[in-house]
Amino acid sequence: MVKATDILDQEPILEVKDLQTSFFTDKFEVKAVDGVNFAVPKGKTLGIVGESGSGKSITSLSILRLIQNPGKIIGGEILFKGENILKKSEAEMRKIRGNEISMIFQEPMTSLNPVYTVGQQISESFMIHQNMSKKEAMKRSAEMLELVGIPSPKQRVKQYPHELSGGMRQRVMIAIALACDPELLIADEPTTALDVTIQAQILELMKDLQDRLGMSIIMITHDLGVVAETCDYVAVMYMGKVVEYAKVRDVFKNPKHPYTVGLLNSLPRHDIDLGDVELQVIEGSVPSPDNLPKGCRFAPRCPFATELCHEKLPDLEQSDNGNQIRCWIYTDEWDGDQEVDVSAKRTT
Amino acid sequence: MPKELLKVKDLKQYFPIKGGLLGRTINHVKAVDGITFDVYEGETVSIVGESGCGKSTTGRAILRLDEPTAGEVEFDGEDLLALSKKDMRKKRKDLQVIFQDPYASINPRQTVRQILEEALEIQNVVPKNERAKKIADLMEVVGLGAHQADRFPHEFSGGQRQRIGIARALSVDPKLIIADEAVSALDVSIQAQVINLMKQLQRDFALTYLFISHDLGVVRHISDRVIVMYLGKIVEIGDKTSIFDNPHHPYTKALLSAIPVPDPDAQSERVLLEGDVPSPINPPQGCRFHTRCPFATERCRVEAPELRNIDGMKEGHMGACHFMEEIKNGTHQVE
Repeated sequence: MVKATDILDQEPILEVKDLQTSFFTDKFEVKAVDGVNFAVPKGKTLGIVGESGSGKSITSLSILRLIQNPGKIIGGEILFKGENILKKSEAEMRKIRGNEISMIFQEPMTSLNPVYTVGQQISESFMIHQNMSKKEAMKRSAEMLELVGIPSPKQRVKQYPHELSGGMRQRVMIAIALACDPELLIADEPTTALDVTIQAQILELMKDLQDRLGMSIIMITHDLGVVAETCDYVAVMYMGKVVEYAKVRDVFKNPKHPYTVGLLNSLPRHDIDLGDVELQVIEGSVPSPDNLPKGCRFAPRCPFATELCHEKLPDLEQSDNGNQIRCWIYTDEWDGDQEVDVSAKRTT
Repeated sequence: MPKELLKVKDLKQYFPIKGGLLGRTINHVKAVDGITFDVYEGETVSIVGESGCGKSTTGRAILRLDEPTAGEVEFDGEDLLALSKKDMRKKRKDLQVIFQDPYASINPRQTVRQILEEALEIQNVVPKNERAKKIADLMEVVGLGAHQADRFPHEFSGGQRQRIGIARALSVDPKLIIADEAVSALDVSIQAQVINLMKQLQRDFALTYLFISHDLGVVRHISDRVIVMYLGKIVEIGDKTSIFDNPHHPYTKALLSAIPVPDPDAQSERVLLEGDVPSPINPPQGCRFHTRCPFATERCRVEAPELRNIDGMKEGHMGACHFMEEIKNGTHQVE
C-alpha cells in the first residue's frame, strides 16, 4: 500500500488515512466514504473532485467531525499537524473548528444566520476563540470585510445577509472562515451557486488570500475547470474511494484511471470546437450505494473491465509517472489486453 | 435558405412590483426589455447569460407561460400573441419545453406511462388504440426501454428522469423544443449522454431547439447560433464560431474569459469584471453594461447602443457596443 504523502513536494498539514464513514439504516449500511487516503500539503491546495454521491462532501465533514446520526466515522485516522483528530474530545474539537480548520459551504444564504448582522457573525469567532471584547471584535470584523474585498466595510458590518448579493455573501463566509487565521480552509463547492463572472472574482480572492496568509486549502468541487485553475494536487473520487491521486498537471495531461479519462472526455468545452461529433460518454450511471459492486466500483461502467475487475477490488498503487491509481490495468495481475491504452480517444 | 420558424420582435416582459398602502404597482422588474431575434427551422439557437439576464423569461414569454408585456412572437407564420388561450393550448403541441429539474416538472404520483398518455390525450396526436405502441416507441427513442414504462419517477436516476421529460416533450411531435437549463442539474458523465441524445433526436425528428443555458461549454457543443444576454437585452448575437472565437462585445469577452478551463497549461488572460449585475428594477441608463465595463465612457452612460455589424464580423454577427471598432483597433480611450 502506498502512502499519500509520497507524491507531495511539501510537508503535509493534514493526512487522511483509510478514512471510513458510513450511514446506517435499519436494513443496511451505506459506505459513503470507504477507505480514503490523501494528504494536504502546507500552503498548497488539494482538490477533491467527483460527481454526486462520490463521498467528497462527507469526507470534508468527517475531517471536522461534523458527521451526525445516522452517520458515523467507523475507521481510519485523520492526522492534523501529526495529531489524530478522531481521538480528540468534543471540547478540543471545538477549539479546532473555526480556529485552526475552517470551512465554507456552497450556499452562503443557508450557512449565514438571517437574523444577525454580518458583523455580529464574524465577531463571534473573535469573541469565542480570541476572547476579544465586542467592540474590538466588531472593529476586526470590518477589517476582515476589507480583506475579502467588500467596499465600505464599516457600513457593511451593520447589514444583514439578505441585503447582500450572492457573491458578497460568499465573501462574508470567507471572512468568517478566515477570521481566526486558520491553517487549513475546507471549501465545499464554494462557487457552484455563483455566476461565472462572480466565480472568477471569488477564486481570485481565495488565491490571493492564500498567497498572503499561507493557509492550506481543500477545494471540493465537481468542476474540473476550477480544479485545473486553483489546485496543486487532486484526488478524484468515485463511490467513496479515491481512484486517482496526483499532481494536478499529471491528472489533466496524463490521466490514467479510466474514470478520470472518461470524465475529462465527456466534458464539453467552450474553448475547443469538437465539430459535429458526439461527446464521449461514460456508459450507465452510478450504482446505488446500498448495492456496491463487489470488485472495482467503476467496473460496471468501465469500457476495459475484465473478470478480475468485477471480482476483486484493486488497491491504490503508485504508477510509473507518480500518479497513485486504483486500477488493475497498471498492476502485474492485469488479465486483459496488455497493450490497452486508456487515454486513447475512443468512439462509443 | 431555411425558413424562419420563430420570429421574436421587440419582446418585453415587465413584472409589476406591488407595494404601498393600496397595493398599487409601484415599479417594474424589466426582465426582458425589447429583444429581437429569429430562429430558423432545424437549427439550435442558444441563449446564454448569467442569473437575472432574462434568458428563462424569454423562453417562458414565447410559450406564453407568462403573458408578455409587449412585442411580437410569430411561430410558423402565425402570431402567437393573438391566439386565444384555447388556441394557444392547441398550439403548444408544436412548441414544447424541457425544464431544468425533471423531478419538479413531472408528477411524482403518475407512472411514466400515465405521464406520456396524458400528453397524448390532451393533444390527441394518435388514436387511442395506437397510444400504447407510441409510448413504447418513445421509451426506446429516449433510451429508457419500453419495459420501464410502468415505473414511477422516483425509481429513476436524475439523467433518466430528464429522459422522461424529453419523451414527454417529444410525444406530441413538436416542431420547436425550448430547453431551459435542461442538462444543468446533471453530473458531467450523465450530461454528456443527454446532450448526445438531444442531438440525435434533432437529426431524427427534424427538431428546432431554443437552448437556454449558462454553461458555455455545453452551448458551444450544441448550438448553431448563440445569443448573449445581459440585464434583459441582447448584447451580442451570431453563429457560434463568431461568438466563441471572435467575440466583439466587452461583456461576451469577459464572460468567456471568466470560465475556468480544464487544462492547467491553458490559463489565458482574464478580464476580471468588478462588482455585481445591477438590479433589473432600475437598470442603468445608456448601455446596461457600463457600470462594469472596463471601456465605458460618457457616451455609454447616456446612449443605449443598438445591435450592429462592423467590418471583420461575419454576416448575422452583431454586437451592441458603441466602441467595437475602437476596442478592436486598440484606439479606444477611456476618459
